[in-house]
Amino acid sequence: MWNYTFKRIVQGLITVWFIASATFFVMHSVPGDPLLDARATSEEIRKNLEAFYGLDKPLIEQYGIYLINILKGDLGISFTQQNREVNDIIREHFPVSATLGILAVLFAALGGILWGALTALFRNRMPDIVIMFLVVLGVSVPSFVFAALGQLSLVTINDWLGRSLLPVAGWGSVQHLLIPSLVLGLGTMAFLTRLMRSSMLEVTNADYVRTAKAKGLSATQIFIRHQLRNAILPVITVLGPAIATITTGGFVVELVFAIPGLGRYFVQSVQQLDYTVIMGTTVFYGGFLVFMVIAVDLVYGLIDPRVRVR
Amino acid sequence: MADKTFWQSFGALAGLAAGAVGGLLAFMLVLAYFADLTFMEDASSAAVDYEQRSISIVIEQEPPQMDSTRATDAVSGMLLGHLMEGLLRYDGQGNLQPGVAETWEVNSDGAVFHLRDSARWSDGAPVTAHDFVFSWRKSLEPETASAYAFIMYPIKNAEAINLGQMPSEMLGVVAEDDLTLRVEFERPLAFFDRLVAFTTYYPVREDFYESREGRYGADAEDLLFNGAFVMTNWIHGAEIELMKNERYWNRDSIWLNRINIPFITADSNTHLNLFKDGKVAMVQLASDTLENAIENRWSIRRFAEGTVFYLSLNHRPDRLTANLNLRKALYYASDPAELVYRVIKLPGYLPGASLFPSWLKGEHDFLRREYPVPPHPVNVELAREHLELARRELGLDAFPPLVLLVGDTPTSLKQAEYFQNTFKRHLGLEVRIDAQIFKQRLEKATLGQFDMVAAGWAPDFDDPLTYGDLFASWNQNNRGKFRSDELDAQVRIAQGSTHAPERMRAFGEIQRILLDQVAIIPNYERGRVFVADPRLEGLIRRSIGPDPDYSRARIREN
Amino acid sequence: MSEAASPMDFQPATRGEAKAGVVRPSLSYWQDAWRRLKLNPRAILSLYLVIALLLFTILGPILWDRDPASQDLDQVSTPPGADRAAFIVEPYSAWMNPEEVAGSGLRLAAEATTQSVRLVWDALPDAIAYEVFRDLYPPTDAALGLPLGEVPPQDGLRFEDRLALEPISYFYSLVPVDSDNRLLAQSRQTIEVSLKRVITREEAIAKGLVAAGSEVKPGNKVRLKLHPLGTDYLGRDMLARLMHGARVSLFIGIVAPFLYVLLGVAYGSLAGFVGGATDQVLMRFADFVVALPFLLFMILFKVLFGIGPGESGIIPMLIALVILGWPATARLVRGQIMQIREEGYVSAARLMGSPTGYLIARHMIPNTLGVILVTLTFAIPSAIFTEAFLSFIGMGVAPPTPSWGSMSNEGIKTMLNSPHELIFPAVFISITVLAFNLLGDGLRDALDARMRSTE
Repeated sequence: MWNYTFKRIVQGLITVWFIASATFFVMHSVPGDPLLDARATSEEIRKNLEAFYGLDKPLIEQYGIYLINILKGDLGISFTQQNREVNDIIREHFPVSATLGILAVLFAALGGILWGALTALFRNRMPDIVIMFLVVLGVSVPSFVFAALGQLSLVTINDWLGRSLLPVAGWGSVQHLLIPSLVLGLGTMAFLTRLMRSSMLEVTNADYVRTAKAKGLSATQIFIRHQLRNAILPVITVLGPAIATITTGGFVVELVFAIPGLGRYFVQSVQQLDYTVIMGTTVFYGGFLVFMVIAVDLVYGLIDPRVRVR
Repeated sequence: MADKTFWQSFGALAGLAAGAVGGLLAFMLVLAYFADLTFMEDASSAAVDYEQRSISIVIEQEPPQMDSTRATDAVSGMLLGHLMEGLLRYDGQGNLQPGVAETWEVNSDGAVFHLRDSARWSDGAPVTAHDFVFSWRKSLEPETASAYAFIMYPIKNAEAINLGQMPSEMLGVVAEDDLTLRVEFERPLAFFDRLVAFTTYYPVREDFYESREGRYGADAEDLLFNGAFVMTNWIHGAEIELMKNERYWNRDSIWLNRINIPFITADSNTHLNLFKDGKVAMVQLASDTLENAIENRWSIRRFAEGTVFYLSLNHRPDRLTANLNLRKALYYASDPAELVYRVIKLPGYLPGASLFPSWLKGEHDFLRREYPVPPHPVNVELAREHLELARRELGLDAFPPLVLLVGDTPTSLKQAEYFQNTFKRHLGLEVRIDAQIFKQRLEKATLGQFDMVAAGWAPDFDDPLTYGDLFASWNQNNRGKFRSDELDAQVRIAQGSTHAPERMRAFGEIQRILLDQVAIIPNYERGRVFVADPRLEGLIRRSIGPDPDYSRARIREN
Repeated sequence: MSEAASPMDFQPATRGEAKAGVVRPSLSYWQDAWRRLKLNPRAILSLYLVIALLLFTILGPILWDRDPASQDLDQVSTPPGADRAAFIVEPYSAWMNPEEVAGSGLRLAAEATTQSVRLVWDALPDAIAYEVFRDLYPPTDAALGLPLGEVPPQDGLRFEDRLALEPISYFYSLVPVDSDNRLLAQSRQTIEVSLKRVITREEAIAKGLVAAGSEVKPGNKVRLKLHPLGTDYLGRDMLARLMHGARVSLFIGIVAPFLYVLLGVAYGSLAGFVGGATDQVLMRFADFVVALPFLLFMILFKVLFGIGPGESGIIPMLIALVILGWPATARLVRGQIMQIREEGYVSAARLMGSPTGYLIARHMIPNTLGVILVTLTFAIPSAIFTEAFLSFIGMGVAPPTPSWGSMSNEGIKTMLNSPHELIFPAVFISITVLAFNLLGDGLRDALDARMRSTE
């Protein structure tokens, strides 16, 4: 077990190195000049800026410095905000994205499991048909449409009530979390509902359910102990990738709801060709995802004895 | 499935669901605690609050640079305008008012500013002439790499310092004593008083600047203020709070206690929704949200913001657009009125006619009234004649596609599509849109990889020269490399003369040359349409200086 | 339960009886799958939908031959089924020397048309300037509608409105401005003006509304171009744009997954078949690529490849999708190949001396094809979503090339005023995604018994 964990972590580190290198070389082959400004500046100023950001050195030397700095945990100074370190930017904005993402994943997982179980229970009856119709909508409508509609309906409700029920946009209180995370988790929730439903139906006819019934267990117990518990397993396996999609997919929601997350920052920094912010964000996200996947795998191995850890 | 089993299962599920929802709520609270979120929405976050003397507003983006020596953009300029004060400032009518300087004398080769002894920094120390000397030198030092250093070039030795040929101590600015600032000009100058209201000319205190170790301007605590407000809170990307500066010398003229900026977003629909929800005191409207504002029966206001937009043509000899007849063809085929009335569809915008916007002041009246532009109706016949001439001169059978370089914002793309269609429709010319992100567009423009580039120019100071030298052959911003000795000569007159009629005549000539030579194709002067809370009074909108300016605003008691 | 079977119960069968046992023709794997697919009504429906979408994309532009880039600025953002009647007028000429207009107060100087509305009025006391407003509803002191412009007295007591005029009724208000620059809304004058939709003869000919040589005179009535699904913000035909947008969206949505699945199959089967150290190295590399944050790298690749002047940016997006998309398929296929390699029939074939090529072609590929097909079907919706997402953040295909994603992105901004600009492209995205998802479900059920969901 320890061996395995160690091996996974080393692999993870190598993967992060790969991500960092890929980002570095992609970034430096992007056409465009990050040092240009709307007001033209003199050659002298340019040279000073190049020296400040180390762009005057050969590419391979820049690469070396960049890797060493990453090891030191220093992601450099932003190009557009010349007095702000990328570390600060990540420290301030990532928790926002993470909070939103975690809540969205929870919404999606709980919602998916409950709706899925409910539809399986009501199989082919009205609630099943209605929910599955909504699920189909949820899977096939792009997230930005949801975000825009979500905000619009919020305004309409607030207007109708004559008072602000929930904030329309912004960040800073618990109320600000609700609608954005719901919108963010909706697509995944629909996907998980489908998965949960089919897995529930499969489990209903499983041998151990029949055995439990024969043993005389109460319906409640069978439902919770055997059906639900076993049906949830496949849902949990897809949660890892789901976390990845949701955390990086937060852009849209962050843009529409004016949430100061890292995703929005990334889009802006690409527009400005802010080398250090782009590289820092990508490496950070990449590393985060790699180790999230490793963590999910390890935890899953602990929970489910059927997964044999070699 | 037996009914009893079904209902038992359903009951179990309902119980689980209730538990899950409860758990989720509890978890949310824990999460919120760790994410530093409050549990109640800020009660004072209403658009306007008479009791608290507080307003809430939305800004389009996070201010990228709050170090006044390096700030270049409108959002930073707007915030700095509330937080800092230069020697002079503009009032709501665009007239110069005393700022830190109580009195001043400007003549053609220098200026003396007498600072008021009541001016204080937000930590209580007096604002002295040394603070100006420090910040002006700082802006010019090549290490600062300030993009706006050029605005100081009228000061003696400024350009040489900026190019690294001289130490910054040689700058022609001296603090004769704590309250007297003497400025020496590089060459005779007519409008220095109008320059010192600009952001780059704001003071910075040396000991504070040095104590921040390169972080000056990065956060609220890394700034020191001498203006009407102080920044008390800055959560990057999320929230900025300005409070009245109790040490500001002119604090009695400031009514507001607090300007809260809880929203940072550029989405116009979100802006509209926030205003509708009573969360912000003022929002700009886009053509998409205009009709909605009318439906909501809001009081809509209009303001000619006055940034000039035009298509800059490439005059490099290897380009087709170096041909005057082709440029004329494009000029006569373009219809600024159609662009403004049919495509942009916002009041406040004016069809473009010249590089000089209509609000620029001339000698006695507006410059454009003293030197009117001959009317330019779209003339497709004439355009086609010029195109035919150009085709023969260039020895072409047919024109290859022209490249139109634009930014990738929805607005610029929409206009690019319009231009593409117009030149196709009127001249049969194929136009290829080259949409690039900001920095790539700048690089392509600088390298001259375009035939036409959509450009805009916002004024920096209140003198026609802010536009007048743009197409001088030595100007770096002349990305189309337009070159006319006649124009260069006029620019030198406008720069060097201190005789107002002579200068205005020079601007008139510059305007004529640009139009005769079709250096650019004017598109429009930008306008702004906005809605403000009816209780908010004294909001200042302006073309030059911080806009919008809430510093002199007050709230009407219902 | 007590009755035990005795040998008496079993009789050896004669040859003739055995033959009679096989009554149905044997079914191949694909025939069986097709039979099962046909039994699934949702899959069949989605198959029809996919076919309909392809027909819409391929045949649509031939049947509805309209240039998707052609702008009709007389009909901007019109919903489907709007009135199209218009009158011929003289071309616009500037309002130079206004003659006296009879009447008093705020009044029209000429007939109000969508070309221009010309207003004149009499001087009001205390006014140093006038502000002209235009409203869609009867104005009140607080809400006067759109402020069109300020008229200083030296410009004469007149105003010409040309701003986005629609053939409807407007309320024009004239509000005096006093010397303190305040609006005196109480002393306003308001008139209601009904606008006539007009078009010049030249424009009518250029747009093909009337024949070039025909005798049309000012005052004649024509009908503007038909736009069955309305127009967008530049007056472009929505139907034509949806059809051409379908070409882009479906091209990216189908070709990109097809290419990366193909690449993944080649890569995965190589790794799976060769095995050993090569397999290890190849799969490690796939793991690296999987770990790249997908959307972030899509954006990075987008700026890396750049879009030259006049290019649509479809190919760069395709390349980026392929670069980032293949490893998932590669992993899946490798797993399948590894499994099949150990199957008895493969060993048997190998023992009988089948060459490697034959093994791959006869056993490996047919047996993984089902899985691959299902993967491909599910990859299509996600590729379509990716295109739409990139368009939403302004990193999609370059204009004027339409795509469903960029159309819905534009539509979102005008959602409140002209919902059709959002609804149509969004519905098309949804239908396509839905169809491919259901088809994928059906295929999975039909092709692979193990993956079959219980229905």
